[in-house]
Amino acid sequence: MSWSQLFFYVFAVLAVIMSLMVVTRRKAIHSAIFLILAFICFAATYIVMNAELLAAIQVLVYAGGVVGLIIFVIMLVKAEEDEVRQTHGQWIIAAFIALILVVEVAFVFLGNLVQRTGNLAGKMAQAGGNTEAVGLVLYTKYLFPFEVASVLLLAAMIGAIVLAKYKLER
Amino acid sequence: MNVTVPMPNLSLVVPEILMVILACGLLLVDLFIPKDRKRVVGYIALAGVVVVGVVTAAFWGKMAQPATTFSGTFVLDRFALFFKEVFLFTTGITILISLKYLEIEKVSLGEYYALMLFCTLGMMIMVSGADLIVIYLGIETMALSVYVLAGFMKFDHKCTEAALKYFLLGVFISGILLYGITLIYAATGSTQLAQVAAVIKEKGLAKNPLLVLAMFMLAAGLGLEIAMAPFHFWAPDVYEGAPTPITAFISVAPKAAAFAALVRIFYHGIQLLEPQWQILLWIICAVTMTIGNVTALMQQNVKRMLAYSSVAHAGYILLGVLAANQVGVQGIAFYFFAYAFMNMGAFGLVIYLRRENIVGDDIDDFKGLAQTHPLLAVIMVVFLLSLAGIPPTAGFVGKFLLFAAAIKAGFYWLVALAALNSVVALFYYFRIAKAMYMQSPEPLPQLSPGRGLVLALVVVGVFTLFFGIYPQPLMSLAKDTAHTFMMFLS
Amino acid sequence: MKDAYWPLILVLLLAVGFGVVAVLMSTLLGPKKPDPIKLSPYECGVDPVGDARMPFFVHYYVVALLFLIFDIEVVFTYPWAVYFKKLGLFGLLEMVVFIAVFLAIFIYVWGRGALEWE
Repeated sequence: MSWSQLFFYVFAVLAVIMSLMVVTRRKAIHSAIFLILAFICFAATYIVMNAELLAAIQVLVYAGGVVGLIIFVIMLVKAEEDEVRQTHGQWIIAAFIALILVVEVAFVFLGNLVQRTGNLAGKMAQAGGNTEAVGLVLYTKYLFPFEVASVLLLAAMIGAIVLAKYKLER
Repeated sequence: MNVTVPMPNLSLVVPEILMVILACGLLLVDLFIPKDRKRVVGYIALAGVVVVGVVTAAFWGKMAQPATTFSGTFVLDRFALFFKEVFLFTTGITILISLKYLEIEKVSLGEYYALMLFCTLGMMIMVSGADLIVIYLGIETMALSVYVLAGFMKFDHKCTEAALKYFLLGVFISGILLYGITLIYAATGSTQLAQVAAVIKEKGLAKNPLLVLAMFMLAAGLGLEIAMAPFHFWAPDVYEGAPTPITAFISVAPKAAAFAALVRIFYHGIQLLEPQWQILLWIICAVTMTIGNVTALMQQNVKRMLAYSSVAHAGYILLGVLAANQVGVQGIAFYFFAYAFMNMGAFGLVIYLRRENIVGDDIDDFKGLAQTHPLLAVIMVVFLLSLAGIPPTAGFVGKFLLFAAAIKAGFYWLVALAALNSVVALFYYFRIAKAMYMQSPEPLPQLSPGRGLVLALVVVGVFTLFFGIYPQPLMSLAKDTAHTFMMFLS
Repeated sequence: MKDAYWPLILVLLLAVGFGVVAVLMSTLLGPKKPDPIKLSPYECGVDPVGDARMPFFVHYYVVALLFLIFDIEVVFTYPWAVYFKKLGLFGLLEMVVFIAVFLAIFIYVWGRGALEWE
């Protein structure tokens, strides 16, 4: 086993443990903290797989931004309600669906159903690295989706302001 | 090493570019318009939509062949143009019927119109997407705007609840859709529809389980906006809670956009999976129209009734998708224009009945309308006849085309079921007519519609009748649409 | 895996190790003579009153949301920046269009007063 494989498995196992902590903690704020750790572990596995840009996005947007939002939401709701207990049996359904997903992923990889598009690592090295490789397709082939994304974010921003700002109309 | 970026053919995206400029401009202009004069924002939006509509229509003659740009991620063909006109028409009518309604509801935010334009832009991108990523981004732009519009009256609890339900279900389904797209990428190594189709053909992947799973997920993802079973249960709550002009809008435009995307993906991307998706859509079609019509029978609220009726109509339109022939696409295209006329009209009537303290969406609000406002009652009857698919209305012609396409493709049982459903539908449409003509009116405050609403009702009413009696112009446009679209296949 | 990440792992280990060692050393070596003032959260300053978990203003949320959206915008500029030289003038125009839309967002947000504290 090479070093990179070792690191991959260490961080993958850590990510699974952190994710389990997220769903088993009683206090929402603790779940949020473990979510940050889980995201950082994901980012580490991305680095092992040579996807540095994705790792950076994972830390910046998810661990930084999205969890920040989640924490704000937790702070917005009443303080007495922060201790959450599972009182219904939905976890059985969730566990079932998760099991199906695991079986599906195993099936996909063992069944060799995935179309392998050539030597990805080689292509990336040719472009000069992962970030450059993303730039190569994002700003040439996927130029249109890139520009549409800005419009999508604009619509999201208007929505956020219209719905969350209380005093706009009054 | 310098990369040469292929210069995209920007002339094909002129309508979209105009729309972005219009929407952003409107957003900024709105900052300087005082609260009591937001009507002006609506007028600007309407004028802009008309301009974009004319510019889009000017492409029609040039687009006998489909043209792609942006490395094949964006396609402009007559199919896309036709649907873009449906969206722009619907948006225009929605703006007209909103002007007065917003004043009654005391909504004084100009963002309302800007969001509607962004929603239209999203749909325009959606129907022109030749790449699943573009289609997804279009869907998201549309959906995010629609969620906010559905919850625009944020001090009304029913409205907020409706928007929240819509939003939660929408983001969940959006995740499923995205997962379906990644599965397609995994199985074929591309997200571009033409390449997906080529790889499936070349490597004989038609029975690949990943692709079949992806097909289910794409159907689910688009099925939410289409409001087809089993993803229809949000529709009644959202239709009832949302501002009525937005209800009218949601019932037509996003449904048309999702159908267009579904047809493009299923016909141009995974057409070799036809045996599989035919089984899936057959079941969905049968269930959707039956559930829609039977549940509509039991509704007392007109907005809810029309919600279930729109579910049923999604079922009829699925007949055209199933048929997978030229008449089917022609039928879908024609039906959406007809559906835009009659459904916008029916919801317009509900807005007409909106008075202080009365929402106007209960069947009892229609009591005796024939005595107090005979002309209004006649127009409503036209819309109801069209929705029920009775000549001489546009709805009849559309339904006829869809049924003909399905018969041509050999779906006899399904057409029989659809015909049976149309009979069931007569009962609940007739209930409104009965309330208008056979019951005496209750003393109610005077109606005071805006001029915009009257204009909108006249336009859609005239069109419903005109294209019912003389469908030829619209029919030949729909035929050209279907022709170039199916040509792509062979 | 690239060799370039060994220093990163070293720094990570050093950082964690320093924290652990510092805490351990102070608990092991430090004298323990507690008194009420030493045990209070702030030795100088006002004693905290009530629960730290009190409800927030929704305005914080709006600010966080604005942050997130602009954060995503910044993410798009990373691959552009490393690839900028090869993209040339056209690449610049691409980004100008992208940023122009964000400029519209910014003007709108500002003009709407979403950045003002209510």
